[in-house]
Amino acid sequence: MRNAANLLVVTGAAAICLAGAGLGHAADPDQQSFDRIEKGHYLTTVADCFACHTVLDGGKPFAGGRPIETPFGIITSSNITPDNETGIGAWSDEQFDDAVRKGVRPDGSRLYPAMPFPAYTKMTREDVLAIRAYLATVEPVHQPVKANTLPFPFNIRQAMRAWDALYFIEGEFMPDSQQSPAWNRGAYLVQGPGHCTSCHTPKSFLGSDKSSDNLRGFNLQGWFAPDITGDAGQGLGRWSEADITSYLKTGHNRISAATGPMAEEIINSTSQYNDGDLHAIAVYLKSLPGQQNAAPASAEQSTMNAGEAIYRDQCSACHGLDGQGVAMLFPSLAQSPLAHASDPTSAIRLVLRGGRSVATDAEPTAPGMPSFGWQLDDAQVAAVLTYIRNGWKTAAPPVTADAVGKAREQLSTRSD
Amino acid sequence: MSRKLPKKDVVIIGLGWTGSIMANELTDEGLDVIAIERGPWRDAPTQFPTNYVQDELRYRIRHELFLRPEQNTFTFRNKMDQTALPIRDWGSFMPPNGVGGGGVHWNAETWRFLPTDFVLRTHLTERYGAAFLPEDMTIQDFGVTYDELEPHYDAFEYLCGTSGTAGNLRGKIQEGGNPFEGPRSRPYPTPAQKQPFSHTLFAKAARELGYKPFPQPSGNLSQAYKNPLGLQMGPCTYCGFCEWFGCGNYSKASPQTTILPHLIRKSNFTARDNSEVVQINLDGSGKHATGVTFVDTGGVEWEQPADLVILAAYTVFNVQMLLHSKIGTPYDPVANKGVIGRNFTHQTISSVNGFFDNKKFNFNPFIASGSIGMCVDEFNGDNFDHGPLGFVGGGYVGQVQTGGRPIQTTHVPPGTPKWGAQWKSAVRDNYLSTVTPGTGIHGSFYSYRDVYLDLDPTYKDRFGRPMMRMTIDFHENELKQNAFLTDKFAEIIRAMGAHTLDKQYRKGPYDATEYQTTHLNGGAIMGTDPNTSAINRYLQSWDVSNLFVTGASAFPQNAGYNPTGTVAALAFWAATAIRGKYLKNPGPLVHA
Amino acid sequence: MAMRRRDFLGGTAILVLSTMNGRAAIISGGLPWTPNAGSPPVPVRPGPWHYFTSDEGRAIEAMADRIIPRDPQTAGGKDAGCAVFIDRQLAGPYGSAEGHYVGPPFMPGTKQQGPQSADGPAATYRKALVALDRYCQSTYQGKRFPDLSDEQKDELLKNLEDGKTKLEGIDGQSFFAQVIKDVQEGFFADPLYGGNRDMVGWKMIGYPGARYNYLDWVERHNERFPLPPVGLTGRADWSPKT
Repeated sequence: MRNAANLLVVTGAAAICLAGAGLGHAADPDQQSFDRIEKGHYLTTVADCFACHTVLDGGKPFAGGRPIETPFGIITSSNITPDNETGIGAWSDEQFDDAVRKGVRPDGSRLYPAMPFPAYTKMTREDVLAIRAYLATVEPVHQPVKANTLPFPFNIRQAMRAWDALYFIEGEFMPDSQQSPAWNRGAYLVQGPGHCTSCHTPKSFLGSDKSSDNLRGFNLQGWFAPDITGDAGQGLGRWSEADITSYLKTGHNRISAATGPMAEEIINSTSQYNDGDLHAIAVYLKSLPGQQNAAPASAEQSTMNAGEAIYRDQCSACHGLDGQGVAMLFPSLAQSPLAHASDPTSAIRLVLRGGRSVATDAEPTAPGMPSFGWQLDDAQVAAVLTYIRNGWKTAAPPVTADAVGKAREQLSTRSD
Repeated sequence: MSRKLPKKDVVIIGLGWTGSIMANELTDEGLDVIAIERGPWRDAPTQFPTNYVQDELRYRIRHELFLRPEQNTFTFRNKMDQTALPIRDWGSFMPPNGVGGGGVHWNAETWRFLPTDFVLRTHLTERYGAAFLPEDMTIQDFGVTYDELEPHYDAFEYLCGTSGTAGNLRGKIQEGGNPFEGPRSRPYPTPAQKQPFSHTLFAKAARELGYKPFPQPSGNLSQAYKNPLGLQMGPCTYCGFCEWFGCGNYSKASPQTTILPHLIRKSNFTARDNSEVVQINLDGSGKHATGVTFVDTGGVEWEQPADLVILAAYTVFNVQMLLHSKIGTPYDPVANKGVIGRNFTHQTISSVNGFFDNKKFNFNPFIASGSIGMCVDEFNGDNFDHGPLGFVGGGYVGQVQTGGRPIQTTHVPPGTPKWGAQWKSAVRDNYLSTVTPGTGIHGSFYSYRDVYLDLDPTYKDRFGRPMMRMTIDFHENELKQNAFLTDKFAEIIRAMGAHTLDKQYRKGPYDATEYQTTHLNGGAIMGTDPNTSAINRYLQSWDVSNLFVTGASAFPQNAGYNPTGTVAALAFWAATAIRGKYLKNPGPLVHA
Repeated sequence: MAMRRRDFLGGTAILVLSTMNGRAAIISGGLPWTPNAGSPPVPVRPGPWHYFTSDEGRAIEAMADRIIPRDPQTAGGKDAGCAVFIDRQLAGPYGSAEGHYVGPPFMPGTKQQGPQSADGPAATYRKALVALDRYCQSTYQGKRFPDLSDEQKDELLKNLEDGKTKLEGIDGQSFFAQVIKDVQEGFFADPLYGGNRDMVGWKMIGYPGARYNYLDWVERHNERFPLPPVGLTGRADWSPKT
């Protein structure tokens, strides 16, 4: 209720502002109040602006310049510190809001959806301006950023107008009155500032969300970000709420451990969410229905036998003879969505190259997995992954040697 | 010309067990700490992963994880009238190298010394009279008591998640544990490991002979465990690749599994690897350390200034560093003066292999872990009356079979040819039914006037400095002790049902080519008298009060136990003194 | 047909020693990690000798077959690949005594002081095999060691072992002790090093190889462990049967 009232006040005020000298902030609630900035700080963490807008390992916070890998090429993030020349210091609130929630820059040019405005559009204006208020307090950094590094034809920003027209659905999140406040909060966070859809929702070949398959997983940057709906086979159906909150807060739970891009996400963002928000996300995700797929084709017996032999001789050292691992140390492959994903890219990648799970204050161990690429050939990797997905009362489509071979080739050019 | 680095509060030489413990304690105090390690960074998934660490040739025979003599070695002789020659390839001991130090590739046998071990001279003199001790035996009291160290033993065991059965809980003897151990304040953090066949058979035989066997306290965990720093460990899976090897599945206590992931996240801690400290620098007075000089693998020389220096480089490298840095008076055995290099000791070990009927016994020796074992302590320390026996000291004995790796565990009964068809069939017939305890007898090695460390007159190290020289031999006391223990142990193996025994007594002269544990001790010993010790009871140098020296170099003599538990407890004890006393008032903590 | 590819390199099974060659680094903030890190073993490839001449190889094969003779159940040292093992080891860091301290002066010492020679195993083998060859030809009417009868070979080796037969310029007793050690090591080391072919040594004794998890067998006392041996490069059962 209060939100709606504010909205009216703000819109009216904004109309007056725009007619003025473009100061943009006179009629909004007190820009510099401590509460607003604190809230903005929290929301900035939730929206994880830091991750994309800061160069890894020592870049100045929010000063941009980080290369971001997209399916269309590398794009470089912009400087969102309050520097007037090279940052957003000179932007009005309206301009900031337009960028974040509409994907439109002050000069009218369009942002690429690497900036997840299709998700941020769901945020409330109040939340966006709180973020703005926080960003106005960070150290201004004079750092010009070369924005457009995408290859032709994707470097033609005008094309984004057409894209937006086709695919961008503008609009704030509308709460569902049939659902609990926690569910609505979770939905808001996941769809809006948390922008989980950016990685976890499959995209069309032009990069728009396939909203009918919302949060059912997506292949990017050499990983498959898994299904995080309540699907029992591929998603979080076997996870309790406590499993989900533990994972987001500490990077670990009794089933799985975060690695790769999700590790960074947890360190910068979800490990700092408050417990209520984590709970809300868990409630929401678990409510999302699973797919009613037919049982997958069963694996060939000779493949299962080979996989079982490899598993016993090698993987069981950590993941246990029963596939259950050791809680908070070695993932339980028997229940891991990553191991069962229909797109096995992440599982193949971990087996071939090894990996290290995330370290957080709550769980600093960060156990690592060795690389098996030197030891197992494509057929063997396929066999052991097929066995892992089908060996303990669970089922998932077999992994083929071809898929392993392709992944091996693609990974060989990656440095991360 | 050294490049000078920004000053730190603390510089730690060596990032092994005690280096890691000290770093963690002192960073908790808010100090800015840097640890400089000669060897490489080490980590399970990359240096000893579960898919290639099971390689006996590479890690046990070619000892890949250890220091190369080419980088640093010593000269050796048995007696003072001999010429010492370089140890060109390791034999009787194998020095560690790398982050984690020996904590990476130890067996994780985690013992406490007996209360009497700490007051050895006083105790033995009281019980047997001064004349009972050999005249040239130089044993001393430690200067610290078991009771003072007990909380620190406890801290180490809970850091590691040590698996065991308590034998003495606050004075009450417990069934199934070691009845001779000093009182402990609480039980082990995890229960004892399950024992394979030969170990349970040993325990049964020992019980029937009237002994009280108990499981060896083990840093290979019996179950998953979260330590006080929040680090997770898993259960040991009995791979049988423990000593000499790093643990691939986070189930062996090491700096890597119990401290480093927590420590490395602290903003006031930094580690430098592949950097060898070559000298502790002193100011003009010679009484105050200003920091260290180190050389990295690129050959560049650096100076790291610091207010406090912790020398944690392992026994022999500690002594070497003190000699090269000219800290403390070098020991002269002829004049019986000086302290750096005196009371150098090792361990007196031997074993008995037992051969059993392969139609009745299958031991599956490859199902093993580093500290698996059932032991009896009746013949350790002064737990028994030495009066009629003519020696002092002792050790635990146990069926401690830490693996069945075939290159080293294909024993044949005595008298079998070493090659040919008979050898082959003897190996085939005996592998699964032989009991081959790694160190079945683990005896003390007391200190003597003519067993010591000093600088060699001839051989130089790669920096042009004199190599350190080891003069070490067995004395009659230890050989008698060993013969006695070996015979007692053999009785138990026989009682298990062995049809043939191969008793391998420890015989002199001390042979630098035969492996005898890496439990080297002494050379920079602790004590209450600066005339006969290098460091005081807080491990603080008598000569340079902002220098502390951790490690088994502090032991005035070695007891009949693996040293690491006591080494770690002393480190915690020293850290407590530094945090509680030294930092508030830097200067000597003890005025002799 | 599924592609059988691995990321192997060819060549000798080079033991990557952690010598002074690592670059110094400053580590802080978190545990380091890079993909594919570590130094997995490089399997020996069959083929021509890397160190031995063909005569030397023949001689070591013959010695290996006497040290571990063939019998109906298990291959002998030659067929088990022990000579290949030794050849590849001598061609690598072991042969050149890499990492040993080889500084002068070299003075003879006591047995307890260990070898004090500048020669590593590769040089020792070469010198000793020359001396052995010379001895055989002069004692056995021009025959070389591999051409002797089994009885003659055994007798000669026994005499070397006991010190009754001396070789010129080299300590034959300690040389033979070294060959015994190396042959037997090759018989029981992981098959990727060239010996223990098809894990014959491990199968002979019932050693299950490079396994890591026996938790379900710790308390199965006095029972035969049923699984076949596996090496670091796997076993046949790891590949699906097509």
